[in-house]
Order: sequence, then structure tokens, then C-alpha cells
Amino acid sequence: MGFLGEYIRTVYKSVASLLKGMKMTGYYFTHHKEIITQEYPDNRDTLILPERFRGEVVMPHTESNEHRCTGCTACELACPNGTIKIITKFEVSPEGKKKKAIDTFIYHLELCTMCNLCIVACPTDAIKMAQSFEHSVYKRADLTKVLNKPGSKLMEGVE
Amino acid sequence: MFSIEKISGVVHTWLASHLPARIALLSEFVIVGILMISLFAFLGLVLVFMERKVSAYMQIRLGPNRVGPKGIFQTLADTLKLILKEGLRPTGADKFLFNLAPYIVMMVAMLLMAPIPFARNVQIWDVNIGVLYISAISSISVIGILMAGWSSNNKYSLLGAMRSGAQIVSYELSAGLAILSIVILTGSLRVSDIVASQATGWWIFKGHIPALISFVIFIIAVTAETNRAPFDLAEAESELTAGFHTEYSGMQFALFFLAEYVNIFIVTAIGATLFLGGWMPFHIGGWEAFNHIMDFIPSSIWFFGKTFFLIFIIMWFRWTFPRLRIDQLLNLEWRYLLPIGLFNLLLMTVIGILGWHF
Amino acid sequence: MLEEIGTTEQGDLIINVGPQHPATHGVLHLVITLNGETIKKVDPHLGYIHRSIEKMCESLTYRQFIYVTSRMDYLSSHINNHGCALVVEKGVQIEVPARAQVIRVLMDELTRVASHLLWWGAMAMDVGAITPFFHAFREREMINDIMEETCGARLTMNYMVPGGVMADIHPDFQRKVKEFVTEFKSKIDEYDELVTGNIIFQSRMKGVGFISKEDAISYGCSGPVARASGVSCDIRKWYPYDCYSQLKFEEVIRTEGDSYARYLVRMEEMRQSLNIIDQLIDAIPEGEFQAKTKAVLKLPKGEFYTMVETARGEFGVYVVSEGGTTPYRIKFRSPGFSNLSALDHMSVGGKIGDLVATMGTLDLVIPDIDR
Repeated sequence: MGFLGEYIRTVYKSVASLLKGMKMTGYYFTHHKEIITQEYPDNRDTLILPERFRGEVVMPHTESNEHRCTGCTACELACPNGTIKIITKFEVSPEGKKKKAIDTFIYHLELCTMCNLCIVACPTDAIKMAQSFEHSVYKRADLTKVLNKPGSKLMEGVE
Repeated sequence: MFSIEKISGVVHTWLASHLPARIALLSEFVIVGILMISLFAFLGLVLVFMERKVSAYMQIRLGPNRVGPKGIFQTLADTLKLILKEGLRPTGADKFLFNLAPYIVMMVAMLLMAPIPFARNVQIWDVNIGVLYISAISSISVIGILMAGWSSNNKYSLLGAMRSGAQIVSYELSAGLAILSIVILTGSLRVSDIVASQATGWWIFKGHIPALISFVIFIIAVTAETNRAPFDLAEAESELTAGFHTEYSGMQFALFFLAEYVNIFIVTAIGATLFLGGWMPFHIGGWEAFNHIMDFIPSSIWFFGKTFFLIFIIMWFRWTFPRLRIDQLLNLEWRYLLPIGLFNLLLMTVIGILGWHF
Repeated sequence: MLEEIGTTEQGDLIINVGPQHPATHGVLHLVITLNGETIKKVDPHLGYIHRSIEKMCESLTYRQFIYVTSRMDYLSSHINNHGCALVVEKGVQIEVPARAQVIRVLMDELTRVASHLLWWGAMAMDVGAITPFFHAFREREMINDIMEETCGARLTMNYMVPGGVMADIHPDFQRKVKEFVTEFKSKIDEYDELVTGNIIFQSRMKGVGFISKEDAISYGCSGPVARASGVSCDIRKWYPYDCYSQLKFEEVIRTEGDSYARYLVRMEEMRQSLNIIDQLIDAIPEGEFQAKTKAVLKLPKGEFYTMVETARGEFGVYVVSEGGTTPYRIKFRSPGFSNLSALDHMSVGGKIGDLVATMGTLDLVIPDIDR
């Protein structure tokens, strides 16, 4: 009789454990407010990313087309992947003084791992991380970007 | 009132009065065949969509929602894609058997449609050995699966097919015993008789606890027989990639997929017919007004409602439970379901002989 | 003909599981020898995702090489970074401020919970239950949001720098972590209902993939895999780093040594991690989040080794320095590699389903194994 009791107890316990699990999924089936997925491309307007989110490196320019990059190449040296390449030139100021400035600030998005080391290394806060994350393009060459805008100048007072 | 019975009657009289008898019969065959095939396709679409929505809600997701309102045309789009896809065949596969297998699986599902009463007096073939016919035909599908697994020339497919063979052969016993217990109560193998015997109440209520036990056993056994999770060892995704249909693609794969869902529909339809009264409405003794309202609902809605309820339960299983291992699967059958089923059959016989059922 | 069918001379079937297979969670390639359904031999073939990270590190400075280690064990990337930061701090002898230590430990424990959550879902999927995967991701998403807000990324955070952390915690950090802890405490009971107590799950796990204490030691297993066999090997207890020595938590040890024990160890570890977070979240000391360091770090000539407890086990960093700005040689001791080596021992004699279940409880991360 002990065997039969054990047998029935096993069956009962197993069925009870299975029903417990079904209760759980049944709860979620009937409670649609628990749904957590978002319909992504539709919610673009309401999508808020944290300000620290690292999407890509950008160089902010003021309205008068000025940036803060002195061309010190600290970011180029800090980058582990060779993502940044800075080409410098010498600008002659009206007083006739020669001054180092950036010619082109090349940023290879396809090589970037968003490690933030360049931002940390920059002594003048010339570059920062943007929150954009939709980086897909049709040509690989489109991922190589020039960050300084054409005709832009170094901001006054930034050394 | 609108009913399938009346429409078919009208069509029959019109054909019989306008055409010679033989051609009328032939055209009726054609009409029924076309209707069956379209029901097949429709069921496939609806059930796949239902499965995706049920799984989505259980997994706190939204599910398909892009094609059409609420995503209802998603499965149609999937079907279109599958039709347009190239059907690949691995080198070294047995060409004849490889191409034949999906059609065998499909044909079995089609044949099983015949004795199912969809509504009051709507049945393709009311054969007097209906229940036996169902058990006999449903065992053929294992041949299709074995054929697919062996001919693919793929070790995963072969393992999946072998598992499926062992599984279907053993679980048929339990399903058969559960069906038998209802046959004992009814005293007839004819499906229409079984439905008619439930006019005063469904067998699951009339047959006391043994009927309930055989209903549970039946649901478990058919879940295993249709290779559904938690018994989906034949296609065990994480173990055998896709099991017996690993090498199939395009429309041939779609046929397996369709057959799986139509098989679920058929087995649950049989379950609804045997245990839940088929197209019989729900009656409570003494409540005349309530019973009258229940009668007003068309019989086909009763049938499909019950069937879809059972399908939902089977889907519920799939999205809750982990998969069993092959030896545990066979243990469950031979150590639990079969002894319980046999004992239950004995009880049922006693109840049937003594007339203890209502 | 034998080669064509892929059988051995004894008539056993040889099957390639992977490199593309749903059970291997990546590009692991297992050549298994089968007798019917019973496994006779498991032979892991590695190298499909080898990126020579150790060699790469030789050309990167001590500040730069930390970010690469996020790409190894990407699920506990934060803890990997922690180990690398520790070895640099040991070499240059930087004193890490108390605030930075607490933030680091908090992040470590959050990462551990996130990693175990993903393991829980993936392992349930291995044994055939798909729903738990999504339920686990719901809670993991909360951790990811916290990480995103404070560290700026969701998976490869690169938040650790030699001398502390890269930025101070976000003002919302404490509130959000507390919210997560209260939410998660109720959810982890749900997990038990859905999976742990399930009879099918238990019968799939109990007695499967057994490894004894002696074998676990000789295979070099660490982390939950070794602790489920009764080996006390928690680095946080034995060689505490940062502020772990001041914390009260239990090292979860079980003695059964089977897959179910490994499962229970990880479930209990999640609770212990919550316990640690509870202790620290209101006690973050004020102060600097980063020590003042030189712009160019140079390790003195010599050898340095530190180890940390990742979600998978002991992660060791061994650096040989010639006194320059880059390491001369670097070697990572990854927990997954040693744990995988025991797979053959664990799964021989079982069924294919057992192999998948065992692999699930080993919690393999393939980039960690291949590096």
C-alpha cells in the first residue's frame, strides 16, 4: 500500500507543480498591461535616451561656426582603435602670428567602440558623445566623417 | 436561421434537379474537396496566428502587429514568402521519399477530417467505425515523419524521426484507451451516435471522475502524438535544430508546418466530440430559459468554440513547460499514463455495465 | 562509406553540434560521439571567435586595454574591467577612493544579477521552455537602463578606469536601484514558481551532469560550477578586493554536484547579490569617484596578477611589464575555458538532452572561452 500511496503522491505533486506554472503564464496572458515591449520605430518621438548614452562622437559648433578643438591630438593618442585622425595646419592670425589649428578632424565611426576615452582625454571639451544610435548607411565610406564643419574656427579664448 | 445544414441541402437539391444524378454527385465531391482544402489553408493561417499571439501575450510581448490591423495578415505574408522560396534538397537525399514525405503527412491530416461532425448533420463521411478509423489513420502520420527523417540524409533528422516514432507509437495506446472509455459508455463506434448520446449532457460531466481522468489522459496523449511541446522531442529546437524537417525549405516545409497545426485541430476536434459533446450546446438540467438561449447559438459555433478552447489549452502547455527527455517521455507513458488509463478503463466498464452514469 | 555517414568503427554516430547550433549560444563546435541517444564522447573544438585579444593588449596602453576585456565575457564585462583596473592599480600603486570602491562593487553585483538573469532565461530555453527567457529579460532590462544612465552603455560599459570609475553615479542611480531591488525580490519568487518547482524541469536537471568535488578541482572549475560540487572558491571571500572584505554575504555552496545544484547555486547567488546591494546602496560614502593619476601610466618591471569573481567564476589577469607604457605580455584566465573542459566528463553516459541541459548550467560565453 505504501508503494501506491507514494505513486499517488508523486502524481499529485507533479500535477500541482505543473498547474502552478500554468497559473503564472495564464496570469500574463490575461493581464495585457504587463506587456513591456515597445513598438520601436513608431515611438521614436517619445524615445528618450539618457544624456550619458554613447552613440557617436560629435564636435559641437556654436552659431557663429566656432568649435573648441585646438588640434592637440590628445584624443587621437587616447583612442585604442585609431578611430580619430587629426590633420593640423598653421593659421596666420591678422597680427602675423602663426598658430596651430585643425584642418580636418576625421572620425571613423566604423572603427569606434564608444569607449569614451577620447572624451575623457580632451582638455578643452571640444568633442562629446551624441545620443544618436541609428547608424546604418548604404556605403561603408559614409561612416567616415569629418567632424569640423567647413569654414569653422577655433573659439576665442580656448587654448 | 442560417446554418451549414440548410445551405448544403439547398445546394444538393439544386444540383440534383439540374444535373444528372452521377454528375451531381461528382460535382458535390468536387465542392466538398475544395471546401476541405480551403478549410485546411484557413485553419493553418488562423492557428499559426493564434499561436503567435498566445505565445506573445504569455511572454509579455505584443506579437505580430505590422501586417494588417493587429497583424492579422502576418501569416498570409509568411505563406507568400514560403511559396516564393526555393525548395532545397541536400545531395545524397533520397529524392523520391524526400519529396513524398510532406504529402503523406498532409494526406493523413486530410483523411482524418472525414468523420468529424462540424455542426448538426454536417459530416463528410459518417462511417460506422468512425472512432476506429480515426485511430487507424492517425498512426500513418508516423510513416511520413520517419520517411522525412530518413530520406534527408541528415543525422539530426534521423534522430528526430526515431524519437518521433517511439513517441507516437507509445502514446497512441493511451489516446486509444481514453477514446475507448467513451466508446464503452456510448456503445457505438459511429461518431454521430457518440454526439447524439451527449444530448442530455456531455460525457465529461456524465461519466463522473473516470471520464475526467480519461479526458486529461487524452489531452496529454494527443499533445504527445502531435509532437507539441512539452513533448516536441522530434523537433527539439535546442537539441536537434529542427528535427525531422531540418532539411526542408520553402513550400515543403510549409506543408509540414501546416500539417502540424491541422493535426492539432483534428485531435482537439475529436476530443471535443468525444468528451465535450461535439456540436451539442451546453445545457443545465431544469434551467429551461438558459437551455433555450444556448440552443439559439448555432451548432457550428459550439463545435469550433470547444475545439479552439482545447487548442488554447494545448498552446498554453507549450508556452509554459520545459521539454521532457526521451527516456522520461517514455517513462511517463508506460509508468503513469498507461496503468492509470487501463485502471480507468476498468472503472469505466463497471460504470457502464451498472449504468451509474447519468 | 563510413566517412560519408560519419560513424566510428564501432558503429557509433558522430554528430557535429555547432558551430551554428541553437544550444551552443555562439560559435562553439562540439563533436559528439553517440551510441543511439547516449553520449560516449564530447570533443569541444574552439577558435571560431578567437580575436587574439591578449596579443592586441600588448599594443595598447594601460588605460586603453581595459575596454577590450569587455568584449570577452560580455555578460559580466563590468567585472572583467574591474579585474584589469585592479591589476593596473596594483602595479602603479594607486589608492582607490572609498566612494569609487563602493560604486564598483555595486556595479559588479548588478552585472552579476544581469548575467545570471540571462543565464536563467537561456538555460530554460535550452531545456525547452521559451517563456522564461522573456520574463528574465524584463528584469534584465531594468539593470540595463540603470547601467545606461550611469555608465553610458548597456553591455560594454567601460566604466572602470585605473584609480576609480569614469564618471560619478547618476543622481537617479540610488532610487532606481532600490526600485529594482524591491521589484526583483518579488519576481525571483515568480521564477521559482515558473521553473524551479516544475516537475519536468527538476527531472531534467536532477542527477544530470554530475561532477565530484575532486574532479571539479582537478578540471580547474570555478564559480558556481565548482561551488555546486562543494568547492569553496569565491574570490570575493578568499581574496577580497575593493570593499568586499567589509560586506556580509554568504558564499553559496552545495554538495550535490549536478545540474540542479548549479541551478540552485546561481539562483541563491542572485539573492546574495541583492543582499550586498541592499547593504551598500544607502552607504555610498562621499568623496572623489576617481583618484588623481598621472596622464601616462607605467607599470614597474615585473609580473602582476589579480583575480576577480565574475558571474562565471575566477577571472585572472596576469601582466608582465618591462617598465613601458604597454604590457609586455598579458594573459587572461577565463572561467569559461576551464568549465568547458569538464563538459566531456559531465555529459558522458547521458542523453543528448542531458548534454544540452548541462551546457546550459555551465553558463558558457563563447567569446570568453576563445578570447
